[in-house]
Amino acid sequence: MSTLIIKGLHVGVETESGTKEILKGVDLTVNSGETHAIMGPNGSGKSTLAYAIAGHPKYTITGGSVTLDGADVLEMSVDERAKAGLFLAMQYPVEVPGVSVANFLRTAATAIRGEAPKVRTWIGEVKEAMSGLHMDPAFAERSVNEGFSGGEKKRHEILQLELLKPKIAILDETDSGLDVDALRIVSEGVNRVKSQSDLGVLLITHYTRILRYIKPDFVHVFANGKIVEEGGPDLAEKLEEKGYAEYVTA
Amino acid sequence: MSALTTNYLVPTGREEAWRFTPLKKIAGFHDGTASFIPKISLSLKDQAQGGYTIAAVPASEVIPQSTTDDVVVQRIRDAVKEVTVLTINKDAEIKEAITLLRKAGSGAEVSRTVIRAGAHSHATVIVENSGNAKIAEEIEISLEPGATLTFVSLQEWDNETVHLARHHAIVGKDATFKSVVISIGGSVVRLLPTVEYAGTGASAELSGLYFATDGQHLEHRIHVDHNVTHAKSRVNYKGALAGDSARTVWIGDVFIRAAAEGTDTYELNRNLLLTDGARADSVPNLEIETGEIVGAGHASTTGRFDDEQLFYLMSRGIPADEARRLVIRGFFAEIVSLIKDETIEERLMARIDGELTKVGA
Repeated sequence: MSTLIIKGLHVGVETESGTKEILKGVDLTVNSGETHAIMGPNGSGKSTLAYAIAGHPKYTITGGSVTLDGADVLEMSVDERAKAGLFLAMQYPVEVPGVSVANFLRTAATAIRGEAPKVRTWIGEVKEAMSGLHMDPAFAERSVNEGFSGGEKKRHEILQLELLKPKIAILDETDSGLDVDALRIVSEGVNRVKSQSDLGVLLITHYTRILRYIKPDFVHVFANGKIVEEGGPDLAEKLEEKGYAEYVTA
Repeated sequence: MSALTTNYLVPTGREEAWRFTPLKKIAGFHDGTASFIPKISLSLKDQAQGGYTIAAVPASEVIPQSTTDDVVVQRIRDAVKEVTVLTINKDAEIKEAITLLRKAGSGAEVSRTVIRAGAHSHATVIVENSGNAKIAEEIEISLEPGATLTFVSLQEWDNETVHLARHHAIVGKDATFKSVVISIGGSVVRLLPTVEYAGTGASAELSGLYFATDGQHLEHRIHVDHNVTHAKSRVNYKGALAGDSARTVWIGDVFIRAAAEGTDTYELNRNLLLTDGARADSVPNLEIETGEIVGAGHASTTGRFDDEQLFYLMSRGIPADEARRLVIRGFFAEIVSLIKDETIEERLMARIDGELTKVGA
């Protein structure tokens, strides 16, 4: 059982005219086994929340705290956060030319697990996870994210989720740019990890579409840098009907 | 041809073609002060297999197939008495790479090599350069219609070496020429990978990698002359530099003539600065005389390590040092892996690794 607690989180980015505040006091608790959907209009700061928790250097924490099982996440380096059990599936995964998927996955698994996985079981593990996501084995020989289609990039993110087995996963617009088939495959991957472990999920999305496949326990509406309404799955249905208009102030 | 001798235009360093080159360090090849000897300095590494022949042929019987305004190449042509001619038979499918080993002498030397790929042949030719040398050479490569030739030139020189070379390819109708140029060693390396086409539907892919550390000048001047219709060219050169006096030059000239309708070309040069003070010049030039083309573009970037890549790898638990190592090795491996020879790839990566460790990257 793990708990991610975000309290009064304020985050800014450096601009030419000083620090611009993007997150204006976010409070959120995610426990193992729970799925939280964060929904909101573009530009509301949803992705900033994801990247700030993961420790992207572009963002400056100006207030508040993030803890995982009591440990101060904000004090950790990016890799330490991953080792502590946090995972961010990125909206725009980065290309790393010349580094094969196979090498990358094994290096990451070695780092997270603290020892190199045994070759034989590892190969089986990777194969099984790839086939579950309908990925061609030849994929492992390609350079990380280089020349991947949008769908391939997202599948590759979920492949890592399956292999690295984090405690809490943040899925940043994993549904964007996916056709229905790819969305179903990716969602099944997430649900598989949830059924096999006690994964807590923070699902960031603009649309309700993915919630048909990954059922949220809690829905949070995000606008102007903070959570403005919270509820159960029925809140998503309301958003589907009415959109975000009432939350967006001119 | 010796009539040319009196007409050499000795470069002063102000010419566009020579403005980046440290003329004082190129052993006098440009101004005739070198007392170089003509030599046959490339030979087969292994016993010849079927499908090709190699011979030393009197220069008078091997007339150059291309013109050049490079004064060093003109001097080479005038001086050389025998030319190494590698002929790949028509229709030959040669699985094993044909490896030519450089056996340089102690003095300055010039040489000419001609590689002829017969119609519809498939082959890979690898030139392995290592040791300490002062060499100016011309390698002319011609591809008959439908031929596929991969030409690899490895510059694994010691750090005293001066190496000036022109690799000129004439790509025939529907033929495919691929070149992979890797320059790691050398005091001054100045290579001219150039391409012209002899028939429609021809294709050329030029890939390269250079890594300069302190005291090295590595210069690659690409020239692709789109002189026929529906020909394709791709250029992808990557460079890395470490150390205050590390110096690289990349010139990418692509010329699309009025007659070259349907041309499809793209060239890319990326330079990675591993330390402060190093200098990389990158000059892509595109000259277009017809608008009836499929595509023409170029991109050039010179910069430091990409922090987004570092973040991505670290977000998967990989520590910063190891992530940096992966990204930098990956930068090199992308081109090295095009050679498709494990032994060579491992040898190159080991040397790159050693040099990276030395500069603390």
